[in-house]
Amino acid sequence: MRMVGQRKWNRRTAAFVFLLPAVLGLIAFQLLPMISSIFISFSDWDLLSKWTQIHFIGWTNYVEVFSNEKSYTSIKNVFIFLIGYMPVITLLGIMFAVLLNRNIRAIKLYRAAIFVPVITSWVAVSIVWRWLLNGQSGLINYALSKIGIEGPIWLQDDHWAMVAIIAVTIWKDIGFVSIILLAGLQDISEDYYEAANLDGASAWSKLIKITIPLLSPTLFFIITISLINSFQVFDQVLIMTNGGPAGATSTIVEQVYRNAFQFNKMGFAAAQSWVLFVIIFSVTMVMQWLQRRWVVYER
Amino acid sequence: MKDRGSLIKNALTHLFLIVASITLIFPFLWMLSGGFKDSLEVVKMPPQLLPSQWNFDNFIQIEKFFPLYRFLFNSVVIAIVTTVLQLLICAMAAYVFAKITFKGRQAIFVVFLTTMMIPAQVTLVPLFILFSQTNLIDTYAGLILPGIFSAYGTFLLRQNIMTIPNELLEAAFIDGASYYRVFGSIIMPLIKPTLAALTIFAFMSSWNSFLWPLIATNSKELMTLPLGLSKLQGKWSTEWNLLMAGNVISFLPIFAVYLFAQRYFIKGMTMTGIK
Repeated sequence: MRMVGQRKWNRRTAAFVFLLPAVLGLIAFQLLPMISSIFISFSDWDLLSKWTQIHFIGWTNYVEVFSNEKSYTSIKNVFIFLIGYMPVITLLGIMFAVLLNRNIRAIKLYRAAIFVPVITSWVAVSIVWRWLLNGQSGLINYALSKIGIEGPIWLQDDHWAMVAIIAVTIWKDIGFVSIILLAGLQDISEDYYEAANLDGASAWSKLIKITIPLLSPTLFFIITISLINSFQVFDQVLIMTNGGPAGATSTIVEQVYRNAFQFNKMGFAAAQSWVLFVIIFSVTMVMQWLQRRWVVYER
Repeated sequence: MKDRGSLIKNALTHLFLIVASITLIFPFLWMLSGGFKDSLEVVKMPPQLLPSQWNFDNFIQIEKFFPLYRFLFNSVVIAIVTTVLQLLICAMAAYVFAKITFKGRQAIFVVFLTTMMIPAQVTLVPLFILFSQTNLIDTYAGLILPGIFSAYGTFLLRQNIMTIPNELLEAAFIDGASYYRVFGSIIMPLIKPTLAALTIFAFMSSWNSFLWPLIATNSKELMTLPLGLSKLQGKWSTEWNLLMAGNVISFLPIFAVYLFAQRYFIKGMTMTGIK
């Protein structure tokens, strides 16, 4: 009996000791900030005044998020980004994954090469691309001029800046998307293809009838992740265009950052971040719902 | 006949993948060569792929404008400390969630999982306030602390620890081992591959992080490489050779880590997909 009591006591202290740092971190860096973020979003706090002088203003910040032209523009831009980014990266990703899945020489080298932009920081990548896309000394426009096209001043042109941001983001993320899809492809059993070969199925019908359906869980994961990432675009925008020209590449997170840390509008920024949360949360829920309807799970 | 068909197919696959690889790698080659050019050659038209003479001076010159090697040191220290602490804290919590039952454990675990859904931006403003009220802005602790708690890492390691058979742990307890001993001598060695993947993952995200260092530092002494580079570009936006030299310095360490640990890297990434 004493042994059992001792064992129970040991188990509890061990659980406490092992869990303590993680739970303290969870409380200090997740839960408390989350709760205070809700309060701050209903205040007009400017960081300069004291905690005790916090002044609540109801839903004003939230109303402003949807009437303020800049934050409206940033939400709109994020949707433009999404429309340009998601279909392209998904299709390209499938194409890459299918090719990377083939058993040919040097395939490991290709897989490694495609992944290099993924591991690099957005800062380094953005700086290189700012140079490549430079109107005068940029390589892209030089190459275009060689085939008789006069390139725009990409990042300072309000029509092309977003196109450039989208293209560079696809370039950076394609390795990630392809490798995840490749892992999904490799989970598909060879048996399906062998059976299809016996039936004399064409490559196209194998793609449509076997690969895509069996890849659909991974595809949905990729689509959900790229949706969520699109709403959080920040580093590349701040470094490549600083949100410009004239707000053409301004994004939600960029607005949160600017309002909080440049204009000291902590309350407004917090409200914007909660709007971002609601958007991401709804998208995730819709995706879950769609997943139940469309995604095929192997039985 | 069939052979010729697959030969053409293979050739086309190679062609596509070669073009794709070059497109994806080229900016890095251009960055490397730019880092060794002088300030005139770097903007010369028509551009030259290789520098006419390899100019190592840029890596010294850059120090005149910004303490880049100080940034490098900061990034190394912060990435290593963050990674070690994150792994330890995650593994400890994961052990409890997988193997040590007590009342209320499930509830705590659900809270952990829920926080994975909250985007970092929501907690950004209050975190900044918390850190400025406790004077942690512009300190190493301020840069390290938010990075060492990872619900995702905990979840990943928990999934792995769950696969360890209970009989193995029971046998250790019967031999008189304590919970701490079991953790150190049985759990940790058995989950090494997942730990390796998480190590690389944690190191990379700390090495590359930008937004938090951007708001959590004011002085040059505490800046990390990405932050320092972004400030450098703001000041001397046309000194492309110096910027590229700085980029090379920030790229090479993470690239080296990648080359050494490629298998785990890709494994770590694809494990994300299993979630």
